[in-house]
Amino acid sequence: MQSGTFHTTYAADMALRPYWPQRLRIALVLVAVLVFPWFADRYWLNLANTIAIAAIGAIGLNILVGYTGQISIGQGGFMAVGAFSAGLMAARLGMPMWLTVPIASLFTAFVGAFFGLPSLRLKGLYLAIATLAAQEIITWVLTHGKLLGIGESLSIPRETSNLFGIPMTAIGNPDFAFYWVTVGCLIVTVIFVSNLFRSRAGRAFVAIRDQDIAAQVIGVDLFRYKLLAFATSSFFAGLAGALTAHYRGIISWERFTIDTSILYLAMIIIGGLGSVSGSIYGAAFITLLPALLSNLARLLSGVVPQINSYLPYMQQGAFGLAIILFLIFEPEGIVKMWRNVKDYFRLWPFSY
Amino acid sequence: MEKLVQLTMSGIANGAIFALVALGFVLIYKSSDVINFAQGELLLIGAYLTYMTVEQIGIWWPAGVVVAVLLAAVVGVLIETLVLRPLIGEPTISVIMVTIGLSSLLRAIVGAIWGVTPRPAPQFLPRDTVTIFGASVGVDKVWAIFLALLLFALLTLFFRFSREGIAMRAVADDQQAALSMGISVKRVWAVAWAIAAVTAAVGGILLMSIFGGVSGSIARVGLLVFPVVILGGLDSIPGAIIGGLIIGLLQSYAGGYLPPELGMGEVVPFIILLLILLVRPYGLFGQRIIERV
Repeated sequence: MQSGTFHTTYAADMALRPYWPQRLRIALVLVAVLVFPWFADRYWLNLANTIAIAAIGAIGLNILVGYTGQISIGQGGFMAVGAFSAGLMAARLGMPMWLTVPIASLFTAFVGAFFGLPSLRLKGLYLAIATLAAQEIITWVLTHGKLLGIGESLSIPRETSNLFGIPMTAIGNPDFAFYWVTVGCLIVTVIFVSNLFRSRAGRAFVAIRDQDIAAQVIGVDLFRYKLLAFATSSFFAGLAGALTAHYRGIISWERFTIDTSILYLAMIIIGGLGSVSGSIYGAAFITLLPALLSNLARLLSGVVPQINSYLPYMQQGAFGLAIILFLIFEPEGIVKMWRNVKDYFRLWPFSY
Repeated sequence: MEKLVQLTMSGIANGAIFALVALGFVLIYKSSDVINFAQGELLLIGAYLTYMTVEQIGIWWPAGVVVAVLLAAVVGVLIETLVLRPLIGEPTISVIMVTIGLSSLLRAIVGAIWGVTPRPAPQFLPRDTVTIFGASVGVDKVWAIFLALLLFALLTLFFRFSREGIAMRAVADDQQAALSMGISVKRVWAVAWAIAAVTAAVGGILLMSIFGGVSGSIARVGLLVFPVVILGGLDSIPGAIIGGLIIGLLQSYAGGYLPPELGMGEVVPFIILLLILLVRPYGLFGQRIIERV
């Protein structure tokens, strides 16, 4: 067990994951990720895809909220932009998925940067309220979608979901085939974002979060980096939205309301603000919680027959309660709990 | 002309209700710096508690309303002590998120007890219409305006003359100084939440009476509180009232005069919100202490 930092070279000091237990854990997780789909049924594959997409969105939001300190309640709206632009390109122009997803993500990055403009004048809760307005306005545009040629919902032709000409059906059932797409995107996102915060831009984001005036004094261009943070964050929101559109095959605005924004905020709060792995834990927690409760309800429905009619409220209540309890008892989230566990074993038997 | 009067009256009535809800929001913000995203759910709770006491238990309605409002005040105090107090000194995002979590929890509780299907509400306000400037206007709207005004007057007297009210003003003015003068800030926060719950409950009851039913959609008004308080100024009570009336009127006019299929009534408040934030973030009457970037 490693008990301290004993780097002897700069390369070791700069490494993203310098210690062998970390590398071992990553290797184990990668093996698990590669092996999982061959054994899982479609229910679990569907959950895994949902978690992977949610994790991409949560990492995106964490760039903005956790790392740059700009509170946003507009994540649902930005995901809607990604989903609907990808969906429209696929449905109207018949463009394939490997084109619509990156284009939609880039477009969302621009929209996000636009709605990030108020951040130049506002901060803290005022910015949060401004993004709330952005969310409501995007929702309104979508519900009155006749302007854009969208009805109540938009269906995306299955044949557009292909990878460089190879139809998804050639790989297996949709859940299995999409597993590789969503998890692949998640891995790329994780590598990109983990390294982002070792770069100039990422350091600038963190400086803005910690003290924006001090950051400006040492030469961080607030205007540029705040917009960049909004754009990067929205890029991943758009990616998550576009993947949702292709994976579900049908989208409507109801999937991207303010409740979605809140869901994503909850993910990063519960997982851990300013942490890439925390975003993934949070996404998994928030996605698995309702699934867990409905399985529990199915088990108990023999004993308590009315339980199924209470299920939606149980899920909603558990969600609210989870946020409150985490904020009161572990404000740093799952990532901190996991770190405590690691520290316990590392320092055992001398815990002080 | 007829349409104008009708729209104006319903705008003022809605605006008065918005103002009531915003007033509670501003009180909480002024005394404890908490942005309450669960304000809409306080409306919901007030409305459903009244439904419970009057319709389900069958108490004579004025008594039932009073009981429901008192229960709402208890809920407000409980929320403050159980949920908000452990978060004193935490960053803004934590406080915002905890009220968001609270709103989800409260909605779930209300849903589990009363379900989601709208239920016919007990009728308190008379249903007939009066003619004002040649336009027929529902008497319930006039009553809603009157009751909201009455509550504002009572609250003004409370802040001016009562011991608790003066303590609240002191805390809002300078928390440190108030503490050193022996004012219990915790007690002031509890009172602020109680008053916020009461004003929201009255707003919920009025909405219930105007809609003629209770349903989860009442909580939707909670989001409209943001345009109102930002327009009026986050820390200004007159601002909450005037902001409420302006937003109510604009929403009513936008919904009535612009093509209905656009549904402008829903989005106009938020467009105003964005404009105000960009041009004058402290609102019409707020203190200019916003940290600029």
